[in-house]
Amino acid sequence: MRKISLSNLDKLFALISEKAKLYLPVDGKNGIASFKLWEEGVQMSQALNTTRSAKDFFFPQTENLMEFKTEGKNIEIIDTRTEKEDFVIFGVRACDVKSFEILDRVFLSEPVDSYYASRREKGVIISLACGRPAETCFCKTFGIDPASPEGDITAWKTATDLYLKANTEKGEKLLASLDGITEACGEEAVEEQKKEISAIMDKLPLKDLTTDKFGVGKTKEYFNSPAWDELSSHCLGCGTCTFVCPTCQCYDVKDFNTGNGVKRFRCWDSCMYSDFTLMAHGNSRLSQKERFRQRFMHKLVYYPDNNNGMFSCVGCGRCLAKCPISMNIVKVMKTLGGKEND
Amino acid sequence: MQKVTREMLIEKASALLAEGKVDRVLGWKNGEFSYDVTPFVFTDVESMKKDFVFGDFAFANFSKYLIKETKKSENKVLVFLKPCDTYSFNQLLTEHRFNREKVYAVGIPCDGMVDVSKIKEIVGDGIISVESGDLIKVETLYDGVKEIAKKDVLAERCVNCKSKKHVAYDELMGEEGEILDSNRFDEVAKLEAMTADERYAFWQNELSRCIRCNACRDVCPACTCEKCVFGNPNSGVENKAASNSFEEKMFHIIRAFHVAGRCTDCGECSRVCPQNIPLHLLNRKFIKDINAFYGDYQAGEEVGSRAPLTNYTKEDLEPSEAVNKEEN
Amino acid sequence: MQVNEYKPKIVAFCCNWCSYAGADLAGSNRLAYPAEVKVIRVPCSCRVNPMFILRAFQRGADGVIICGCHPGDCHYTSGNYYTRRRMALLFSMLDYLGIEKERTRVEWVSAAEGAKFAATMNDFVQTVTALGENKRLEDLRCKK
Repeated sequence: MRKISLSNLDKLFALISEKAKLYLPVDGKNGIASFKLWEEGVQMSQALNTTRSAKDFFFPQTENLMEFKTEGKNIEIIDTRTEKEDFVIFGVRACDVKSFEILDRVFLSEPVDSYYASRREKGVIISLACGRPAETCFCKTFGIDPASPEGDITAWKTATDLYLKANTEKGEKLLASLDGITEACGEEAVEEQKKEISAIMDKLPLKDLTTDKFGVGKTKEYFNSPAWDELSSHCLGCGTCTFVCPTCQCYDVKDFNTGNGVKRFRCWDSCMYSDFTLMAHGNSRLSQKERFRQRFMHKLVYYPDNNNGMFSCVGCGRCLAKCPISMNIVKVMKTLGGKEND
Repeated sequence: MQKVTREMLIEKASALLAEGKVDRVLGWKNGEFSYDVTPFVFTDVESMKKDFVFGDFAFANFSKYLIKETKKSENKVLVFLKPCDTYSFNQLLTEHRFNREKVYAVGIPCDGMVDVSKIKEIVGDGIISVESGDLIKVETLYDGVKEIAKKDVLAERCVNCKSKKHVAYDELMGEEGEILDSNRFDEVAKLEAMTADERYAFWQNELSRCIRCNACRDVCPACTCEKCVFGNPNSGVENKAASNSFEEKMFHIIRAFHVAGRCTDCGECSRVCPQNIPLHLLNRKFIKDINAFYGDYQAGEEVGSRAPLTNYTKEDLEPSEAVNKEEN
Repeated sequence: MQVNEYKPKIVAFCCNWCSYAGADLAGSNRLAYPAEVKVIRVPCSCRVNPMFILRAFQRGADGVIICGCHPGDCHYTSGNYYTRRRMALLFSMLDYLGIEKERTRVEWVSAAEGAKFAATMNDFVQTVTALGENKRLEDLRCKK
């Protein structure tokens, strides 16, 4: 384990920036924190959660896939991918780090999504232990420990110092290159913080939420539940929950006619939208209830069915904070799971 | 102003349910925390006693929900309307969007809603409970109980409240308020006073955060098309994440334009924006312009009024005069 | 005159009943107006939806002009009155967003005003040429 004084944080960022582009959470106007490129003078945000998750780095909102140009009878296919450089993301919370594992299972299983894979390969993740969870946090429900996030390097921020520990080869390489300004240290302070965080976790309002009632093989039990009517009855059908979600991975591939060629790109899509899964014959999910059910069944039942019981929610709480009508996965779990979950 | 409490509303609802005047109640249901209130249809008093809430976070403008709700049954539905909601209510009636006969509207006074993000700016994350009052008591995980003056955390739309008067109801609880002299166009005027470059930079910065979740459209009581142009896969601009800065601008210009003259300035669009984009400043620009060009007009003030964009006079100003008016 | 290679792209939405015929008249009277002006015929100036204008900018237009019948002369009685209100609000909104107001224009040109059509187009092209390329309402994907 290495440490560096917080007063030297800028030096650390500058040193990392020399090697690769460094992104970290920065406070914006109106209380919106987002990942921004670090430059001299940029201050790291104290916010717990960026409004948009860190999935953008590997699975951006829109991404150009390729371009076509025709000349006579020849079609030229141009590779337009932009991810060519290494980059480092600093300050990723435990929940967001876990979301990468969920996305990996989708994009890195056969057939491998080469766009996602190459971004994953080029990105180094420095996670940050989460010392002040919000009331909306429930990562513990999904077995995530906010005090020991995964990632290539794990960082802990105490009142005076930043502690760094490498978890992977990539992380070790990066950490070794920072040896000049960091110093070796013991783990006492980190252990202390872990204890503090664990004590806070026991105070969170959603601490007792469990996944016991969900997971593999529950499709029949919940699919036709009458509760869906009530839960979805006021859903607006907007895409807020899916777009702020770190694990939502649906996208659409579209061609854009530029007037002098065709650009093929993909962009996030949302199962809440009326034109999602639209096919030639029409739409297989005609009502908002069906769309709403799809989203939560996917997180709590279908994904676990296909991934050895792993849930595709990480309890980051973004949908709790952002849904216009405050309908969210916690309310769904409590309603479907019955009283015991209340 | 006489305060209307949760208990009074439940009492009113239970009387109307018992009389058989209505068979369901569109109200607010409490959530996990004090501030995450969800719209909900109650059918009995017991569930209302358990889950019904009314207070500083009863934001949801129910007018739009009436379109769907009135189609569900032949019986009347009880709806509670705050003053600003009644404007949307009238506007929807003007556009024949729901059957007035199937609604029993109870007007309730409102002394402003609280924006939880403003509370978070003061106390940070970790809000466990919020107790209403002129002094709001916020209990947090990390700093114990904090007291904040309600006026400091009022939602933007309530700071610039345009009216405490109900323009539609079957029955009114509490006292009737008045149309207020709000400063709601001040922000717009401030932007107008900037140079074009500054305005461009301002909007570029704001709109670039848009993720095209369409929440602003979906919550808007004026956006009630069965099929939205942004939901049409043949339009090339359908519901999908915005692909670049042009699409962000186009979406917001068209969204605001489609409701121009019909927008009652209820402020729901800005409230629901996950990226806190001040969308009301686009709608208010149209309202301000309409007032300046064609005479004062408040959408929803009366049922059946002719919207400015479906009307004209022979002496209207020319488009060239519209922009050269505020030369800078 | 300075040699300037930049030639703006101008889209002109012209009402079938007046300015489209006005353009014709300009042609038959051998009145010159720049070839950069691409005329799109519409049944009434009121047919022009704000989205058309934004789409034109997206696809590379540097200026958009709408030509309709003089107020009072609309073939459909009142179409151009609605155009007038709509475009007044739209142009004001574009200006509010910091987009150069000179890039959009509405002119009333009758079928008999071939000379006015040519003069209007000449003037508009000159204005837009002075502004240069449309940068604020462009779609980068459409750039070559």
